[in-house]
Amino acid sequence: MVGAILFAGTVITVAANQVHLAVPLAITVALIIATVKGSFVAAVFMHLSAEKKWIYAALLLTVIGFLVLMTVPMFTLHDTIGTPIHVAAPAHGGGH
Amino acid sequence: MNIPYTVEERPDSGLTNGKFGIWLFLASEVMLFGALFSTYIILRQGSVEWPHGELNVWLGMANTFILIASSVTMVMSWANFKMGNFSKGRMFLLMTFVLAGIFLVNKYFEYADHFTRGEVPSHSTFLAIYYTLTGLHGLHIIGGMVVMLYLLAPGTGLWKRNPEQYTGRIEYTGLYWHFVDLVWIFLFPILYLL
Repeated sequence: MVGAILFAGTVITVAANQVHLAVPLAITVALIIATVKGSFVAAVFMHLSAEKKWIYAALLLTVIGFLVLMTVPMFTLHDTIGTPIHVAAPAHGGGH
Repeated sequence: MNIPYTVEERPDSGLTNGKFGIWLFLASEVMLFGALFSTYIILRQGSVEWPHGELNVWLGMANTFILIASSVTMVMSWANFKMGNFSKGRMFLLMTFVLAGIFLVNKYFEYADHFTRGEVPSHSTFLAIYYTLTGLHGLHIIGGMVVMLYLLAPGTGLWKRNPEQYTGRIEYTGLYWHFVDLVWIFLFPILYLL
């Protein structure tokens, strides 16, 4: 059953790609389908739907670490290292 | 002296040592692949243009099907060992091993095709991250195959001495194998489709 859902999810991902959606929408659709498929693998195949609390605790720390890693690229958007600083040209006729 | 808690669960955590150990290992693996996914995002954000259609989508899709099928056979293997059915459990484990091999053969043809066209890692940023991500994933496939081969051949002696411990090893191998499948589920769209 889960295998069939995963196969169907893959077909839907490729089919959605053939429609040639706008890049942001295509990324969103593909990642949503991948997340759903991944959730099924983790919940059913890896038995995470009913596990011991020690495993959930270890995975909570992992999720926090993973989210930090995923936010790192956002900081690079505001990174000005290596960007030339344009200093305003001095006004003409100015004295010392 | 026997190592404690290989079969019976620890009273404090309710887990065997092996199960908790494999989950901690998988947690470290999430961080390893997470760092590379983060690198992919940074490289893609910083690039002026990003290539589309450089990879064979159908080959990638076929490999996705193969890995999903291998995850299903892995579950079937564990379920049969759990029910005491050794021959069926072993057959499904062998099927998982064969499917993993087919995945690698496909990957070999894919790499060979790129290399003959001069598309080596130094060719572009996209190919550099593509080879890094899929190469590391491929190494994980090989690692899983080595463990499966051990469990199929010399490791089977444990089934006669302690079937519960052997079934535990199958379960831990399965958890690792599903994780390898999980990583590919994300690698396929970000590398082949987007």
